[in-house]
Amino acid sequence: MNTNNRIARLAINEEGFVFDPQTGESFTVNQTGKVILKALMRSDSEESIILQLTEQFALSPQEAQADVRDFIHHLRAYQLIY
Amino acid sequence: MTNNKKPYVKPTIIKLQSGLMNKFGVSPYYARKVRSNIDGVSIEELTKQFGSPLFVFSEKTIRNTIREAKEAFATRYPNVTFSWSYKTNYIDAINAIYHQEGSIAEVVSEMEYDKARKLGISGENIIFNGPHKSIPALKKAVQEGAKIHIDHFDEIDDLETVAAELNKEIPVAIRLNLDSGIQPQWSRFGFNLESGQALDAVRRINMGGKLRLNGLHCHIGTFILEPNAYKTQTEKMVKFAYELEDMLGISIEYFDIGGGFPSKSKLKGTYLPPDVSVPPIDNYAEKISQGLFNALKPGHFPKLYLETGRGLIDEAGYLITTVFASKRLPDGRKSYVLDAGVNLLFTATWYKFTIETDREMQGLGEPALLNGPLCMNIDILDEGSMLPPMKRGTRLILSPVGAYNVTQWMQFIEYRPAVVLINENQVEIIREKEDLSDILRRERLPKRLRLA
Ligand SMILES: Cc1ncc(COP(=O)(O)O)c(C=O)c1O
Repeated sequence: MNTNNRIARLAINEEGFVFDPQTGESFTVNQTGKVILKALMRSDSEESIILQLTEQFALSPQEAQADVRDFIHHLRAYQLIY
Repeated sequence: MTNNKKPYVKPTIIKLQSGLMNKFGVSPYYARKVRSNIDGVSIEELTKQFGSPLFVFSEKTIRNTIREAKEAFATRYPNVTFSWSYKTNYIDAINAIYHQEGSIAEVVSEMEYDKARKLGISGENIIFNGPHKSIPALKKAVQEGAKIHIDHFDEIDDLETVAAELNKEIPVAIRLNLDSGIQPQWSRFGFNLESGQALDAVRRINMGGKLRLNGLHCHIGTFILEPNAYKTQTEKMVKFAYELEDMLGISIEYFDIGGGFPSKSKLKGTYLPPDVSVPPIDNYAEKISQGLFNALKPGHFPKLYLETGRGLIDEAGYLITTVFASKRLPDGRKSYVLDAGVNLLFTATWYKFTIETDREMQGLGEPALLNGPLCMNIDILDEGSMLPPMKRGTRLILSPVGAYNVTQWMQFIEYRPAVVLINENQVEIIREKEDLSDILRRERLPKRLRLA
């Protein structure tokens, strides 16, 4: 994942409060969202994120794949990644 | 999957903005509605047996609602009869319940007239309204003794033709439209009272000598949130009747004040929940009886007919639908593709349905769209609700959908689903799911176009 994005600059706390220092925008993520967001900030690949989810949580690889894809589309919609 | 894994909740990210709360009216933490069953029958069992989408009607709710409505009027006026508005929902089983509860039939077309007759309703227990009644339809209705409510001057001509043909005087009512103080004023149907058109119509009927006016009808509109409008309406109707008596010696035997009571549904663009904004039926009954007693001469209790439709059936109907797919829209909203859309829920144009899931959903609510299966942009059942992330196969229950949907639904690219009725834990099919034979039955393929 290309970290040449706003996402690398985000500040994220334990409660899932996300702050973008550049724009002043804030977001809230749930537990799963936080796992994915942190992985993306580390530039983990999509495959690796899917694996992390299926290892930690009770869900199928298909559902994990669909949800990671949807989450990334959502970040794009917020222009946090391009 | 092993047991030591954590339970999974779908990922969500929500932008925190001040506008969000106003725009969607609810926070992402808004308590969600869960409905695991309808009248004791689980959603899971219903879909297992009858598939999805599925229309479900509660017989208990239907009977309780009509009984309450009758009670509200019977305790205030001694001579009231409900007439079931077929167009609201004319599945035989639904009609039969109202007829068992003592309602006669109100129809607005020859098709509805035939349906009532086929069900076993006699002509004299049918009120025949509507702007399009063909001469054969009128003739049949006259012969069978139906109550015919005239909509326009041309219909007076047609009825006189029928009277001459059958060599009999026909008792008739006319439909009025009038200013009851509400907007929009329905003025397309019937004869306008204030302009003198209604009086012209009565004079015209008298002059012809073949018809005898014995009733007045008026339907002021639908989803009327102002009970006082009915008081104005009934007073005006009764006053007009006495004017006709004084001027022309006509005796009006009944008043039919139409339908129009709202259901506990949320109109789009309104912010108050229906429990607050929709007055109870007692308020309508009170205003109507006030209007009658203000205008009627002491001891005179002519028959009052009510053609209430949506107010009686809407809340008895549910649609179970299933999440088929989902996608993220470029604007960040989530779009769910459901197996039911505006093809089945015509009233989605005006209503914001109650959305329930059959089990607790985890995860933050996010702005979402509910789209149907039609390959068309307009196929939106809901937009701007905050919904939790839902996976494929999630069951949603939309309500109230009992009024006008199973009559105005359309057979466009999909088969229409089954309709079931729940009565004391028993579930019966009252309309089967369609298949290809329903679509092909009326088609004819010329021999020269046969491909095989
Ligand atoms: C003549 C007539 N009667 C009764 C009704 C039933 O109205 P509602 O469903 O608003 O009670 C209608 C509906 O438009 C109507 O046109």
